[in-house]
Amino acid sequence: MHNEPEISSQLVKDHGLTSDEYKRILDLIGRSPNFTELGIFSVMWSEHCSYKSSRPFLKKLPTEGPRVLQGPGENAGVIDIGDGFAVVFKIESHNHPSFIEPHQGAATGVGGIMRDIFTMGARPIALMDSLRFGELDDSRTRFLLNGVVDGISNYGNCTGVPTVGGEVYFDSCYNGNILVNAFCLGLAKSDGIFLAKAGGAGNLILYVGSKTGRDGIHGASLLASSEFDETTEDKRPTVQVGDPFTEKLLIEACLEIMEFDWVVGVQDMGAAGLTSSSFEMAHRSKAGVRMDLSKVPLREKGMTPYEILLSESQERMLFVIKPGHEEKAISILEKWGLDAAVIGEVIEEPEVHINFESKEVVNLPTFPVVDGALDLKRDTRPPDYLDQIGQLNLIELPEPKRGDKAFIKLLACPNIASKEWVYEQYDHMVRLNTLVLPGSDAAVLRIKDTKKAVAISVDCNSRFCYLDPYEGAAIAVAEGCRNVVCSGATPIGLTNCLNFGNPEKPEIMWQFEQAVQGIGDACRYFDIPVVSGNVSLYNETKGQAIFPTPTVAVVGLIEDQTKTMTQGFKKSGHCIGLIGFTMEELGGSEYLKVLFDKNEGKPPVLDRKQEKHVQKFCLELTHKELIQSAHDCSEGGLVIAVAESCFSSPEETLGATIEFESTLRGDALMFSESQSRIVISFPEELKNQIEKLALSYSMDFSVIGKTGGSQFTVNINGQEYIKQDIETIKEIWKTSLGRYVGQTT
Amino acid sequence: MKCGIVVFPGSNCDHDCYHILNKVLGQETHWLWHKDDVDLSSFDLVVLPGGFSYGDYLRAGAISRFSPIINSVILFAEKGGKVLGICNGFQILLESGLLPGALIQNHTRKFICKNIFIRVETINTPFTQECKDQSVLQIPIAHHQGSYYIDPNSLKDMEERGQILFRYCDAKGKVTAESNPNGSVSSVAGLCNEKKNVMGMMPHPERCADPLLGNIDGQNIFQSLLSQS
Repeated sequence: MHNEPEISSQLVKDHGLTSDEYKRILDLIGRSPNFTELGIFSVMWSEHCSYKSSRPFLKKLPTEGPRVLQGPGENAGVIDIGDGFAVVFKIESHNHPSFIEPHQGAATGVGGIMRDIFTMGARPIALMDSLRFGELDDSRTRFLLNGVVDGISNYGNCTGVPTVGGEVYFDSCYNGNILVNAFCLGLAKSDGIFLAKAGGAGNLILYVGSKTGRDGIHGASLLASSEFDETTEDKRPTVQVGDPFTEKLLIEACLEIMEFDWVVGVQDMGAAGLTSSSFEMAHRSKAGVRMDLSKVPLREKGMTPYEILLSESQERMLFVIKPGHEEKAISILEKWGLDAAVIGEVIEEPEVHINFESKEVVNLPTFPVVDGALDLKRDTRPPDYLDQIGQLNLIELPEPKRGDKAFIKLLACPNIASKEWVYEQYDHMVRLNTLVLPGSDAAVLRIKDTKKAVAISVDCNSRFCYLDPYEGAAIAVAEGCRNVVCSGATPIGLTNCLNFGNPEKPEIMWQFEQAVQGIGDACRYFDIPVVSGNVSLYNETKGQAIFPTPTVAVVGLIEDQTKTMTQGFKKSGHCIGLIGFTMEELGGSEYLKVLFDKNEGKPPVLDRKQEKHVQKFCLELTHKELIQSAHDCSEGGLVIAVAESCFSSPEETLGATIEFESTLRGDALMFSESQSRIVISFPEELKNQIEKLALSYSMDFSVIGKTGGSQFTVNINGQEYIKQDIETIKEIWKTSLGRYVGQTT
Repeated sequence: MKCGIVVFPGSNCDHDCYHILNKVLGQETHWLWHKDDVDLSSFDLVVLPGGFSYGDYLRAGAISRFSPIINSVILFAEKGGKVLGICNGFQILLESGLLPGALIQNHTRKFICKNIFIRVETINTPFTQECKDQSVLQIPIAHHQGSYYIDPNSLKDMEERGQILFRYCDAKGKVTAESNPNGSVSSVAGLCNEKKNVMGMMPHPERCADPLLGNIDGQNIFQSLLSQS
């Protein structure tokens, strides 16, 4: 046997296990674990794999609905879209690896989420990313942004799955801990979904894909499940290295094999590698497995069982197949140039026996490993900062006479400026499904061989969540739904990625609890099931936590793909209308941050009833073909939304003239981020019909201006408030992010 | 028209080409596997699609040129068969010696995916005969190694022989430095061999040929090929 270290309390601690947890291990298995077994418990009981801090809260999310074919607990969630098809989707974080090694961290984040999708028998058809960085003035931020975008571009493009949209935010709270949340959506036959199950005794365990190397060992336990500090750089070896070419081959080979009925179950080897995939598949079928590690294809000689079991080498899958079909399976994999080997079999007893060089190195019951970690009852307490920043007194904010300066500053700020610099590095068109290209409220993909399309939006305003995690999280759900509604879709499902600080701090757990409740309540009200998700904790550096960032991805369904709506104004002379009403809500706004460097006050109020109503009204306008564009008002408020509709006009850039009669402060009227508002445009002759429909809905609706001309003009109570040349401001909006990234000091 | 689409490991626009040729244009379309060295004489068109064959490792197209199917494609081309290489397919045609010159990294040093414009430089080829001379096509690009290079003398010869098919231009058809997205020499976006039966281009005509996606400028190229069969 290899020279394995003696189990000591220090070794247990180095494996991220508390002394209580170690005692529990002793109780559950009735003896001391050996070194390899300790490694197994270390990864499986880590926060990242066990969800021990978050699980009690997550149980409260609504996960059911008539379209739900598979809710949380599998590799991804599945929603039926009719015509024999289902969409399979999930969002997942890869934050810590991306901070340490941005290119590989982000690339393997994309690879991992894609495997979660095709593992279920679905072909990945769309990727999206929610990215959050620190301030762009910091050269490290620019290094990270370049690296992350390059990593996503390199991996996604090579696999031939389009990256169709997402979001990119900058705030100083992410200076020491960036967020990289990757989303993937796949398309499957609704009766062709595969689950991560091992089935009955005698089935064979087939290892598929890249050889196992020494990379990524303890990525899940030591990297993902602790805070950053001075030693963070030393953890770089825990970051995996991706190979998108192998991933592409793996997609094709797996989907080909999954056409056969002798495939019992599939799981990718992601976090905790061969360990989690084998234990979890066995556990789900109340069975066990016997494996021989000597048969695992290895990248290098001399690897120990500990290393083989804990490696997080990428692009590997574990198949369970019925005996007698291994030759056929291996021949398909060889055709695609992939490694494959039968490494074990399913056994009846719920135990995992692992041999290496003819010796048993692991002998553990499955339950304690997979489900033995105790749910932690973490304390929660509202943070003190809420008392200091909860009030925003508008009287103390100097009110500008004209809005031009603030308007231009906002158009140029990286959170509002066009993200073209990012998405032009992603292949967003491959597979010919992208009906609405990036830069819109939602990405829209047609479903070939049907009349349908799906719309996807990824959202979270973390400033709102910092000020009020409950309300902020509910707003993220509402905005996600509103975005897909603006594209003509009905929301049908949601996945979330909950990024928070250190759960051992009661204030962080309070933020978490509030945000999950906010998502849950909003989803229940809007009737959207949460079908998958991921929790990322310990997002803090030297005690400084990120803003609570519960990112949600909402998926919507368009029944008739020819009725897809876009945000750009279409023609000169069209009326511009506003659905919803504006209040003096500057708390947590981009205006407050960019002009006054403040993030305080209360986030805007979300009136859920009003929100539902606005969405229903907007959808009816689209379905009845009464409108030519629809665009959600979010960061930067109404005036930025109108400007974006001008910029996104497909043929030429259209100017606009807006007229308001209002008693609100001018800056609040322009830049308030009041919820439940949508900017639409339509030909003048439809005005009466739309107003009539609005009346029948008792909907706040007003015609606020007209498209056309070379100027962008806003008049308030007859006084000119903003007047700018449209081409000039478009250029500022378009090029500002690229200029920031390109700066050299 | 009987079309064949070569599938290399890592090809990812193969399904898109199939969709356009078969589903949109209604042509008989077959897959051709990279490991097979087969007689292609019954085909009217062979397409080398875009993607990242062999992960673009070493250099885009450098490994694929050794695939058995390339022998078949060379033989097919020598006999006058029409070959269309798009993006990665273009890179493979250059590496195989079926077309002259080379493609290097974009001058921006980044992958670029966006709609751009190209100008039709000659309609005296089987790939452009249904286009209007000097007309402007809106078409997407998606590549990292798309900057075309060839020495000035060879370029001059190719121009004289009418081998330059497309140049990057602005919306009005003007060839300018700003409208050249990748730094290609003389803004070359697509070219053919002397016999004019092998064509390679970096932009993706298959991405602008399905009416549902709006722009169908790419159909001009496929219709040119169709009109001969």
